[in-house]
Amino acid sequence: MIERIREEARQRFSELGFPTTHDEDWRFTSVAPISRTHFEPSGAGTLPAAASQAASGVEISRLSQANVEPYLARYASYANNAFVALNTANFEDGLFIHIAKGAVIEEPIELVIQSSANGHPTVSHPRILIVAEPNSQATILETYTGNGSAYLTNSVTEIVAADHAVIDHYKLQTESARAFHVSTLQIQLGRDTNFRSHSLSFGGGLVRNDVNAVLSEGCECTLNGLYLVNGGQHIDNHTSIDHAKPHAASHELYKGILEGHSTAVFNGKILVRKDAQKTDAKQTNKNLVLSEDAVINTKPELQILADDVRCTHGATIGQLDTEAIFYLQSRGIGLADARNLLIYAFARDIVDRIKVASLRAQLEKLLLEKLHGTRN
Amino acid sequence: MSLLEIKNLHANVAGREILKGIDLSINSGEVHAIMGPNGSGKSTLAQVLSGRDLYQVTAGEVVYNGKDLLEMSPEDRAREGIFMAFQYPVEIPGVSNLYFLKAALNAVRKHQGLADLDAMDFLAIVKDRMALMEMDQSLLNRAVNTGFSGGEKKRNEIFQMAVLEPKLAILDETDSGLDIDALKIVAAGVNALRSPERAMIVVTHYQRLLNYIVPDYVHVLAEGRIVKSGGKELALELEESGYVGLEGEAA
Repeated sequence: MIERIREEARQRFSELGFPTTHDEDWRFTSVAPISRTHFEPSGAGTLPAAASQAASGVEISRLSQANVEPYLARYASYANNAFVALNTANFEDGLFIHIAKGAVIEEPIELVIQSSANGHPTVSHPRILIVAEPNSQATILETYTGNGSAYLTNSVTEIVAADHAVIDHYKLQTESARAFHVSTLQIQLGRDTNFRSHSLSFGGGLVRNDVNAVLSEGCECTLNGLYLVNGGQHIDNHTSIDHAKPHAASHELYKGILEGHSTAVFNGKILVRKDAQKTDAKQTNKNLVLSEDAVINTKPELQILADDVRCTHGATIGQLDTEAIFYLQSRGIGLADARNLLIYAFARDIVDRIKVASLRAQLEKLLLEKLHGTRN
Repeated sequence: MSLLEIKNLHANVAGREILKGIDLSINSGEVHAIMGPNGSGKSTLAQVLSGRDLYQVTAGEVVYNGKDLLEMSPEDRAREGIFMAFQYPVEIPGVSNLYFLKAALNAVRKHQGLADLDAMDFLAIVKDRMALMEMDQSLLNRAVNTGFSGGEKKRNEIFQMAVLEPKLAILDETDSGLDIDALKIVAAGVNALRSPERAMIVVTHYQRLLNYIVPDYVHVLAEGRIVKSGGKELALELEESGYVGLEGEAA
C-alpha cells in the first residue's frame, strides 16, 4: 500500500514541481536554493532514532512494520504541497507512534532527527505518524538537529488524535546554520480533544514550517511558536487552523526575534466553516526586530463563513524599549545584559508555556547562547 | 571633599537649553531638596546625574566621589552608588521584580569585588526591606512595575533603593501622584535610609513631601539656574509665597 502512495506522490511532485514566489503560499520564501541543488539521499543515520524507551501504552514501530493504512498520508495532503509530495514519495522508513486508548503517558516521547552532510549535499525525508486513541494523553518532542554543510531536511509529521485525547507536541529545530529545513505538521483532531503545538525554531539557513490543524466539535487547539533568527537566516511559518465544526477554540501565539539581516514570514490562516458556530479563535503574532536590516512579513488570513463566532487577530512589530533599557542600566545592569533581559522577557510567555522542564531549560540556554553569539 | 560637586552645568534636550549653569555641592549625610516650578529643569538635573542619554551636557563638570561622573555609563554610575527613584517608573513585562533586583544587586556587588549573594541571603535582605516599605511580598513575583498602582510603583522605587543601598539617592518627584497614606509610607522608608554615609537629593514641586522628609538644605531652581538656597525654612516660605517672583531673580 505504501508503494502505491509513493508512486502517486512521485507523480504528483513531477506535476507540481518546486513552488516559486509566484505561488501565494510561497510569496516571501524562495526555494530556488533548494531546487538548484543536487541532493543525494542520506544514509540510515537520518532515520528518527527510536524513543528512549516506550512506556506502557505506547507502541513505537517502523511504518513498514505496522498497519498504517487507515492513517498514513490521508491527512498530510500531497495533492497541493510539493514538499509533502516529495516526502511521501521518498521517505525512509519512518516511525509510527501509537498511544493506546485511555493511556496516560507521563514521560515525553522524545524523537531526535539528526542530519549531517560532509562534502555532498544530502537530503532526508523524516516521516512520523502519531495516532492517539480516545481518552489518551501524551507529550511528543521532536528535535531536529544537524551538523555540516548544506543539507535538506524535509519532514512530515501527521498527528491523528481521537476523541478526548490530550496531546502536547513540541518541535525544536536547531539545524546547522547552512541547512535547509522544510516541515509539515498535519493535525487531525477528534471531538473534545485538547491539543497544543509548540514550534521552536533557532537553526537553519532557509526554514519553512507548515502547521495545519483540522478541528472537530469542542476541540481546544493551541499553536505556540517562537523563532529567533540572525545573520542571513530566513524563516517562514505558515499555520492553518480549520474550524470545521462548532464550539471549538483555537489560540495561536507566535513570537519572533530578528537580528542581523535575517528575514521572517508569518502567515496565519483561520478558516471558520459555515456550520462552525460558536467558534472562538484568537491569533497573535509579535515580532521584536533588533536590527535595521531585518525584515518581517506578517499576514493574517481569516476566512469566516459562520456568523456566530469570535475571531480576533493582531500582529505587532517592535523594537526594544529604550526607557526600559535605561531603567535597568540605572540599577547597575550592563547594557548588553539589559538588552538580553528584555529579549528574554519578550520570549518568556512562550517559554513559560512549555511544560517539559528539560526542554524549557534547554530553550533558555539556546536563547542566551544565540543572543550572546550575535553580540560577540 | 564633597560627595558631589556640580560646576556650571549646562544641558540641552532636543537642542533646547534646559540647564543654564548649575552649581551645587553635596556632602555625605546631607539631604538637599530641589524645588521649583514646572519646566524649571529639576527633573532634567536628576536625569543628567543618572546618565539619561536624551540630555546632552554642553558645558560644566560633575565630580562624584572624586571621579568625572559625566564620563561614566548609567550602569557604572549605579554601581558606584548613585540611585535615582524615577518620577515615572518603567513597566517591564516578562521580567520579575525578584529577578531584576537580584541582577541589579549582584551587578553592584561584582563592581565592588564582592561575590554574588546566595538565594537565602538575598531573600532575607529583600524581605527585610519589603517590611520597611509595607509592601506585599506577592509584588516580588510580578513583572517589574507591570500593573502596579501609582503608589506601588513609587514604593517599589524606594524598596529598590533600600536593597541597593546607594551613596547618593536622587528622588525625582517621588511624591507626585501619591495620596497622603502612601506619601507617609514612602517618606518613612526614605527617612529610615538616611545615614551619615548617604546623601539625598529630593526633587519636588510641592513643599508637602518636605514635611515628612525634612531637608538640610533647600534650593530653588528656576529657568535652569539655582536662584535661591537656604535651610528647611525656605520650603515653608515658598509654600506661602509660591514661586512667583523667583523667576526674575535668575535674570
